Amino acid sequence: MPSILFIVFLPLLAAIVTGLGNRALGSFAAKLITTGALFAAMFLSWPIFLHYLGGNVGATVTPVLHWVSSGTLSFDWALRVDTLTAVMLVVVTTVSALVHLYSWGYMDEDPDQPRFFAYLSLFTFAMLMLVTADNLVQMFFGWEGVGLASYLLIGFWFRKPSANAAAIKAFVVNRVGDLGFMLGILGTFLVFQTVSIPEILAAAPAMKGASTIHFLWLRADTMTVLCLLLFIGAMGKSAQLGLHTWLPDAMEGPTPVSALIHAATMVTAGVFMVCRLSPMFEAAPAAKTFVTFIGAATCFFAATIGTTQWDIKRVIAYSTCSQLGYMFFAAGVGAYGAAMFHLFTHAFFKALLFLGAGSVIHAMHHEQDMRYYGGLRKQIPITFYVMLAGTLAITGVGIAGVFGFAGFYSKDAILEAAFASGTAMGTAAFWLGSFAALLTSFYSWRLVFLTFWGKPRWAESEHIQHALHGEHESPDEEHGDAHHAEVHPHEGTGGYHPHESPWTMLVPICLLAVGAVLAGWAFYTPFIHTEAFWNGAVAYNEHLIDAMEEIPEWAKLSATAAMLLGFVTAWYAYIKDTSIPGKVAEQLGPIYTFVYNKWYFDELYNVVFVKPAFWFGRLFWQQGDVGIIDRFGPNGAAWVVEKGSVAAKRFQSGYLTNYALIMLVGLVAAVTWVMAQ
Amino acid sequence: MLSLMLLVPAIGALACLFVEAKAARTIALVATVIDLALGIVLWANYDIGGAQWQFTERVPLFAGFQWAMGIDGIALMLIVLTVFLMPICILASQSIAKRVPEYMATFLFMEVLMIGVFAAQDLYLFYIFFEAGLIPMYLIIGVWGGDNRIYAAYKFFLYTLLGSVLMLIAMLWMANEAGTTDIPTLMAYDFPPHAQTWLFLAFFASFAVKMPMYPLHTWLPDAHVQAPTAGSVILAGVLLKMGGYGFIRFSLPMFPEASAQFVWLIWGLSMAAVVLTSLIALVQTDMKKLIAYSSVAHMAIVTVGLFAFNTQGLEGSMIVMLSHGLVSGALFLCVGVIYDRLHTREIARYGGLSINMPKYALFFMLFTMASVGLPGTSGFVGEFLSLVGIYQANTWVTAICATGIILGAAYMLYLYWRVAFGVQRNADAAAMPDLSVREWLMLGPIALAVLWMGVYPESFLAPMRADIAALDARVARAAPAGDSKLKMKAPKAAPAASAEAH
Repeated sequence: MPSILFIVFLPLLAAIVTGLGNRALGSFAAKLITTGALFAAMFLSWPIFLHYLGGNVGATVTPVLHWVSSGTLSFDWALRVDTLTAVMLVVVTTVSALVHLYSWGYMDEDPDQPRFFAYLSLFTFAMLMLVTADNLVQMFFGWEGVGLASYLLIGFWFRKPSANAAAIKAFVVNRVGDLGFMLGILGTFLVFQTVSIPEILAAAPAMKGASTIHFLWLRADTMTVLCLLLFIGAMGKSAQLGLHTWLPDAMEGPTPVSALIHAATMVTAGVFMVCRLSPMFEAAPAAKTFVTFIGAATCFFAATIGTTQWDIKRVIAYSTCSQLGYMFFAAGVGAYGAAMFHLFTHAFFKALLFLGAGSVIHAMHHEQDMRYYGGLRKQIPITFYVMLAGTLAITGVGIAGVFGFAGFYSKDAILEAAFASGTAMGTAAFWLGSFAALLTSFYSWRLVFLTFWGKPRWAESEHIQHALHGEHESPDEEHGDAHHAEVHPHEGTGGYHPHESPWTMLVPICLLAVGAVLAGWAFYTPFIHTEAFWNGAVAYNEHLIDAMEEIPEWAKLSATAAMLLGFVTAWYAYIKDTSIPGKVAEQLGPIYTFVYNKWYFDELYNVVFVKPAFWFGRLFWQQGDVGIIDRFGPNGAAWVVEKGSVAAKRFQSGYLTNYALIMLVGLVAAVTWVMAQ
Repeated sequence: MLSLMLLVPAIGALACLFVEAKAARTIALVATVIDLALGIVLWANYDIGGAQWQFTERVPLFAGFQWAMGIDGIALMLIVLTVFLMPICILASQSIAKRVPEYMATFLFMEVLMIGVFAAQDLYLFYIFFEAGLIPMYLIIGVWGGDNRIYAAYKFFLYTLLGSVLMLIAMLWMANEAGTTDIPTLMAYDFPPHAQTWLFLAFFASFAVKMPMYPLHTWLPDAHVQAPTAGSVILAGVLLKMGGYGFIRFSLPMFPEASAQFVWLIWGLSMAAVVLTSLIALVQTDMKKLIAYSSVAHMAIVTVGLFAFNTQGLEGSMIVMLSHGLVSGALFLCVGVIYDRLHTREIARYGGLSINMPKYALFFMLFTMASVGLPGTSGFVGEFLSLVGIYQANTWVTAICATGIILGAAYMLYLYWRVAFGVQRNADAAAMPDLSVREWLMLGPIALAVLWMGVYPESFLAPMRADIAALDARVARAAPAGDSKLKMKAPKAAPAASAEAH
């Protein structure tokens, strides 16, 4: 039996056993079963990846079960493995296994651990179904499955209203994207008469500019319409500009969840989808331009917000959003290998940053506001060093030709590809991406400096106060919201002593740190430069790769320059002269407020969509159903009967039905009599 | 065989009237379980790919009137759904305290009529079953219902009756015109197009009320709210399906030209239903009303699928009907479970039930997700196929109906939040015990069926395939041209050629 079956279905089995066993099973057994299953899946996945690393390995499809056939539409449950899947397999199973282990420590005091671990394993199963999909509908299954798991895990601490709201928001906003994805699948079936991905991809190149299709009021190029619809799905899942609002709120979930789902795996599903369907996008240049635009815009926009947030997890969330933008514009300019490479390295360093942040939060008794941190580098040294490795990786530190941290290779490859693409949109993406690299470096170092450097500012944190006064606190307890702009906590430890996290948490982050340091250096060549590695799994643009080698030296160095500039700025503002950030914020005034309030997207959507939906709901109900339909319908009939006839008075209200009943019986009798004649 | 399936509950119903409460419960349960067993035998012996009409019985009674029974795959599936839900309904009626023998008899009588509707092969026999089904439902709401039961029963009766009078007149005319009341014969009879128009409208009046289609739906929320749990299950699970079944059995095959003529009426009302009733569901404070409104939205997907005039649309509609029968039935059971404990349907009285009722919360989550159309559950397969079907006919209708996947998620998850998540607001709600064995027996089988239909719907599609194909062939000549057709710029050899042929 192929190992892929075990990789995919062991997590499902673990989720079912743990989920149904729940409290009867107990926390320890639940942890053991799920974590065991995930480590098994991980150990089975790496050989597959290493096998593909050798190059020139084709795709295998393992059929599982027939699913649906209806007319000419037919699709199965099947597990497809090719290079693209192999990459995702190691990313998903590795990060998931490490996050499972990390949660042993992080969730140790939670009474609901079986439920938590069952959800985590369920998520992993759905994600694996997504990446092994051989047809669009199974991909949609995985797509929705991860959405469900994300919803359940964001709302894991379901007593908190904010967690519930965030969970629903995540699901519903994702569904907006899913609507596009669904319409894209429907259109693709209409055009290609199949939902099988390899068949569609084989037929796609011939369709380039060959036909037009009607959609709503439009008649437009077929491939453009299809790709744009599918891309709306990707935008929802990957939190791109416009559909990004759910991702920062998703930080309500426990931190291991943020690391696994909202950084390393689920949110990259959109990038995976675009890469998986890359031959389709190659046949739709206009759609590619749009992808580039959205990617570059998100990359810049999210980075600006990241520079202003105080919540440690939100900074990393916006950073994720921004990094996903890089991946999309890489795909948009045709550098699918670079997009996947950044996805791969990002999974390691972003999971690392999140889990590191979790370790900080754990040490600081669930305080997440960086204004109450400071000076932690001596207290939690291991966490500090791995966070440092993660920061070096995300900011892209390295010297060309010698050695670099993971992000150095992947981000530079993306910027080079954007520059080399030669299109106007590609060039715009290059500049936005380079500027975002500066911002990335700034907010990443800002996070590190605020957390680990300076003097402790812990004393006034409510969470720390709780810890000091021995009040029991669970993370799903509500706290007064002190998270507004004008907080200036005084320095002081308040007598609190942060402790380094247990080994179950430190081992996973140390392993991820190894990935964050080495992944770029080790895998640069196959991902970017080896057509044999991809072997047709993504569209490989030889021309673009060659052009990347020939771009001017200043363009190659621009990312490193931006990174250094960001570092120096952050150092100056948060170490050298800590009064600067306040002054700058004051100087910028409205712009700062605009950025700090996340460009007011939430407020806008609330006014444009949420409130009207409820308002219209009440309108159609009370004015429509009750006010018009009932009033002139059944109630009107009753009124006529009541007022219109004295004789009928006897039959009003309840008795009218008896009258109707008699009428029915009479009718049936009459018909029977007619027939009998 | 089919007559036997009618006979068993009929005998049970009579027997119930002569015994006291406890025995009546037992009799009802035994009778429905026997019928379920018969239904399984029926399914097992149904010959897929065999004759179109199987298990046929013909006994001339008097004049042209005959006891004609027989089923095709479509009817088979709906009968199986009916007999599957009935024992669950009996189990769910534990909390009924007054007039138990009469209640059980009414339910068994109801089962007779429901199976009769799907099995009847004679126009008048169908009519009698179809309309007589009103009576037990009316009684269930009117006698065993909630506080405002009289108003609800009256509304239910008035709406459904008005529709059916028109249908009866149309049936009389048809029997006269075609010279037969045999349904299979009529399904192949070509009525003159001008007559089809008003025949279609007459049938439409009845089926649109039963579905129910916007704006004839207002009886449904009231009926559901007032009906006891089991009544709601049957109402949502089976009675609403009679409308869809009517469209499949009568409107489409008998009046294909008129169906095509009125396609925008159906599409328009369906689009309105999806958007409006979903928005209305969002603001409900009564659990049953919310689910009732969601039913209207889901049934609109059925009508657009049916009137897409192609295989995927028709098969999708059938799966939506079966799935909705299971899922909304299960959701009403979920409401019933907590209603039995706290005697209120008001959403705000609950909250945090995941804490004290984790198993209940799990089932509720599964059915919520099935209602939302999560792939892997039955809800997705039907919705997806219907949308595949309608996309080939019209992209506007598809786009608007597909917004249901967003709105559906919004109102169902909002409901779930207020009931199962959040803090425990009320001490009495927080003290409610988790599912009993009886409640496990109610919800467990439906959960398995929902997953089965989601993962391997072939079991349900296969028996219907030939019948859907025959219907598709019958309506194809009248199918309106789609707006989403591909136009090739140059006659390149592309796979799209087959899309144009579609």
